[in-house]
Amino acid sequence: MTPDLESIRLTKRFGDFTAVDDVSFAVPAGSFFSILGPSGCGKTTIMRMIAGFLDPSSGDIEIKGKSVLNVPPNKRPVNMVFQHLALFPMMNIADNIGYGLRRRKMPRAEIARKVEEALERIGLPGIGNRKINELSGGQKQRVAIARCMVMEPDVLLLDEPLGALDLKLREHMKIELKSLQAAFDTTFIYITHDQSEALVMSDQIAVMNEGRFEQTGTGQDLYYRPETAFVAGFIGESNRWRGRIERVMGDELEMRTDTGMLMRGATHGRGLKAGDSAEIFVRPEAIRLARDASNFEDFDNRITGRVTSLLFNGAASRILVRDAAANEEIEVNLPQSGEYASLARGDEVQIGWSGAQGNCFAAGAD
Amino acid sequence: MHSGARIGFFLLLTPLVLWLALLIVIPHIDMFLVSMRERVGVRQYETSFANYLTFFTEPLYIRTFVRTAVMSVLATIITLLIAFPVSLYIAKIVRGRLQQVLFVLCLIPFYVSELVRTFGWMILLRETGLVSNLLQWTGLADQPVEMLYNDAAIMIGLVYTSMLFMVVPLVTTLESLDDSVIEAGYDLGGNGFSVLREIIIPHAAPGIVSGSIVVFMLSLGNYLTPTMLGGKDSLWFTEMIYNQFIVRFNWELGAAFGFMLLILSSVIVWSMLKLTRQSLEETMA
Repeated sequence: MTPDLESIRLTKRFGDFTAVDDVSFAVPAGSFFSILGPSGCGKTTIMRMIAGFLDPSSGDIEIKGKSVLNVPPNKRPVNMVFQHLALFPMMNIADNIGYGLRRRKMPRAEIARKVEEALERIGLPGIGNRKINELSGGQKQRVAIARCMVMEPDVLLLDEPLGALDLKLREHMKIELKSLQAAFDTTFIYITHDQSEALVMSDQIAVMNEGRFEQTGTGQDLYYRPETAFVAGFIGESNRWRGRIERVMGDELEMRTDTGMLMRGATHGRGLKAGDSAEIFVRPEAIRLARDASNFEDFDNRITGRVTSLLFNGAASRILVRDAAANEEIEVNLPQSGEYASLARGDEVQIGWSGAQGNCFAAGAD
Repeated sequence: MHSGARIGFFLLLTPLVLWLALLIVIPHIDMFLVSMRERVGVRQYETSFANYLTFFTEPLYIRTFVRTAVMSVLATIITLLIAFPVSLYIAKIVRGRLQQVLFVLCLIPFYVSELVRTFGWMILLRETGLVSNLLQWTGLADQPVEMLYNDAAIMIGLVYTSMLFMVVPLVTTLESLDDSVIEAGYDLGGNGFSVLREIIIPHAAPGIVSGSIVVFMLSLGNYLTPTMLGGKDSLWFTEMIYNQFIVRFNWELGAAFGFMLLILSSVIVWSMLKLTRQSLEETMA
């Protein structure tokens, strides 16, 4: 089956600066595809090229198998939900949603019917005569999506639409966007710098950095099996050490950090050999915490240390443990099951993790 | 502390109140009283509507009055038609330094006094002027062409004088329109015309109305430009007022004319606001 959207070796240069560098990807029909990256990585540039507001320097964009490079933005079967929504403040809600249909010269009665249908679908029936500024943030969001969806686009582009919402509403909208996508059964391309948005909603995520795609895969792939140091550092939290590899035994390896800690990690198929300088990433949530070392036998890495800080943050609470030998601080997840409620600064604790949880990469420039 | 703030408030208010009372309210009351007097003998006056009656019964006055209103409306429309694309270009199309340069270019003619500016047009348009000479030199005309002292010359002068007062509010409102709103207009299938009609013009409406009000009032009350470019027969209403006050020493009729002009401009501005469904508050905000 032809993918809904295919980007082929897409490149965009602004003068000497390459914003998007040889990016290829395909988005299957009906899926939720996210491009995740820090600000300035080129993700908005990709989006604007797909929407037609920018011309690529080279490469091609195909929608349903047909190149759209010579199609102006108002003729492309693509619609965009803008970062600040860009609802038309001079029109009421019904006119906002009906704007695109009016451009298609659809009869008035049919526009009215479609607009009402769309309003029902987004759960806001009968508000067509209200003004835009009477809506709450979440409602505006839904109207912006409805305004695009009445056009029945092949691909819907969303440019960080949740950025302006407060935290609670953002959490709620994540779930709602996902269910809207299922309801409209349209391909969504979603741009964000917020990994949680991407992880929760997407079928496929592309992690982007400095104009290139670092890795494309499901949320689980990116979280458990990062392919590059950038992805490992960008998705989720990590303890990160630089060091030199001492031994490689099959998939396992031993590395000595610059501060002198010896730890075991896994190559996960990457070609690392003894003597290479490398970086190792261990997630705080992959580290087990205990008061004594009794049930740590199956962990390759065991450290005794003292708690230097308690970082309380509800479910995401952490502690910092200072390794007695290497004088290195390690972030460890603090389980909220009650057994560590009495843990205080200065307490001695045992921490450990299995070697497979340590993702090791050859050290690059960064 | 509280009473101190009160005193401060009244102190700040005083210049405004003095300004309004001494320069606007009191002169107008006095002018109204003057306009309601009829001279029946030497230094003998009676209260009557005679001056207003004279205005309504003398065709020349009425015609000049209507002509001034129509020309001013026309000047406003022409100014808007020229200033809108200019403002759109400055506010939305050019970026950075060039934007500021173009804006300043619109401002520069106003460094020169209106008299000199209007005289500049006279140099261009008179019989021995630049344009006339150019037309003869290129062979398009075989004798000197007089382009001054007609309605077109007045119109050119009025539009030229008013440009800035239209460009400034338009650029300000157009700049406040988010680029992504325009892009959304295209993204959803709109072409240049429909984006202009449904998005840009409705957004700019307050700027269009406030610019139009200012330009209309400036044109209506302009004395110098119509007189210099239109000559003695320009038939501009302010000229009639001037004549009554200064030439004929008929202050009573002049005051009545002044009041008619005030009523005219108020009615036209009010109906313009009604017509465009704008309120004065949001237009001037």
